[in-house]
Amino acid sequence: MTRRSDVGIGRTRVPLGPTYAVMLALLYFPITLLFLFSFNTSSVLSFPLSGFTLRWYGEVFADAALLEAARNSVLVGVGSATVATALGLGVSLAFVRFRFRGRTSLLGMAALPLIVPFVVLGVALFLLFSFVDVPRSLLTIAAGHTVIALPFATLIILARVSGLDAQLEDAAMDLGATYPTTLRRVILPIVGSTLVSAWLTCFIVSFDEVAIALFLAGGDPTFPVFLYGQLRFAQRLPVLIAMAVMLMLATVTLTLIAFRIGRRQP
Amino acid sequence: MLGRRRAFRLLTLPPATWLALFFVAPLILVVAISFRPEAGPIDFGDPWTLSFAQYERIFATPSYLRLLGTSILIALTVAMAATILAYPIAYFLAFRARERATLYLILLLIPFAVSYLLRVMAWRLMLGQEGAINSFLMSVGLTSEPIDLLLYSQGAVIVTLVYVWIPFAALPIYAALQRIDRGHLEAGADLGAGPWSRFARITLPMALPGVLASFFMVFIPTVGEYVTPSLVGGTEGYMYGNLIQDFFGQAGAWAGGAALSVLMLVVTIVLVAVALRVIDVRRLAS
Repeated sequence: MTRRSDVGIGRTRVPLGPTYAVMLALLYFPITLLFLFSFNTSSVLSFPLSGFTLRWYGEVFADAALLEAARNSVLVGVGSATVATALGLGVSLAFVRFRFRGRTSLLGMAALPLIVPFVVLGVALFLLFSFVDVPRSLLTIAAGHTVIALPFATLIILARVSGLDAQLEDAAMDLGATYPTTLRRVILPIVGSTLVSAWLTCFIVSFDEVAIALFLAGGDPTFPVFLYGQLRFAQRLPVLIAMAVMLMLATVTLTLIAFRIGRRQP
Repeated sequence: MLGRRRAFRLLTLPPATWLALFFVAPLILVVAISFRPEAGPIDFGDPWTLSFAQYERIFATPSYLRLLGTSILIALTVAMAATILAYPIAYFLAFRARERATLYLILLLIPFAVSYLLRVMAWRLMLGQEGAINSFLMSVGLTSEPIDLLLYSQGAVIVTLVYVWIPFAALPIYAALQRIDRGHLEAGADLGAGPWSRFARITLPMALPGVLASFFMVFIPTVGEYVTPSLVGGTEGYMYGNLIQDFFGQAGAWAGGAALSVLMLVVTIVLVAVALRVIDVRRLAS
């Protein structure tokens, strides 16, 4: 460590610490400003502030449509994150354990949604569901979100399972375990914490997604779709901001838990 | 080894099926529909006839092509600005933050936990007529009337998107910087390379795959943006994605919208492929 500072590794004339602090301040300033209006007595978003209230936080819990939209988002997020994580595990294990024709194509295909602009994927899925006459609903949104979450799940899980010793599985199967048993009893316990962080990443991707969801939503909106529709009504903003503050606290808590679990792995 | 074949099917069939149904099939369908002749709503019961009408119309409408060009320029600007601003953050996290790196990383990512739409709305609050910047300018007396130009412009779209993407853009760069073996830098220093030459000849080339990943992870979603422009862009900040959305809205011109989408997808993939060829990533990484 002393040696590093001796030769000045990682030291530049650019004041990095202050640069980081300034960037962080710039990142926090606009949202902090917005959050102030969830405690402001006036429903109009303009300065100066008129007084402190917790009224908007109370109104969140009286707003059935808002709560239902948030619940819908949780359902879609849980569904798509679970499917995407399972599929990502399949792709990753197949890629590291088997030699087959189309091996790289399968991995490439699982990562490819990353380079398709969301508006194109939204249009494509919208046309597909119209073509096969499937009415748009939370299920169609979840199907779309699974596709965009799959690259994240696959890349996170692949990084972990490529370091696994293949002999563990061979040993289990030589001892008579079927593959599903090997998967459940040997592989899952080892990669468990990675699956949790992959799942949470997928959940967050889905929970905040609006561009695809706007094309695929039926009568039941997810939270971002609901929010998008409400933004036109200025007087609704304080309640929506209050909801977003609470959702942010929930997301941060979830992420911190994921970090804790992620660090526990050997 | 009978179990092995069943295991293989268990692992590969579900993802292959899912991707075929919800990724490959819809993309093929968009291409197919873009070759239908209908100007208005489509009845899928009608026979499929091959027609280039949609593409002829697009290429005969200079404003559509200009809009595509503008959107690409906006996306390039946003991606470049977000990557350049994210680099020092990532550098700080990788080389300076040491044992507090996790804490600083979490601090950076917390704004990302705020709903995307509200981070966009925050900029409406910053740039609006009675917003933060105008209030500030008026209270210090730099201007007596609120400046109207801030919101509902291309600049507003760019600033908002750069803001939204910075924390995300820092992640791939941070990962790449972390992988750099400190020994290379020490060797460089021992052999007499100064800080600038170490940066130019060791750090930057080795970080480049991460920098490129950041650039494209911002560029691709931005080029197809329609949500942010619809909130802070006004008519001046209208993007190609908004055009696609309008084709699917009231107009119900699905075939035309499909052709616009295909054009956007092709242009995006070509741009990414060309960039990856020009900057030979594999040689850099080795």
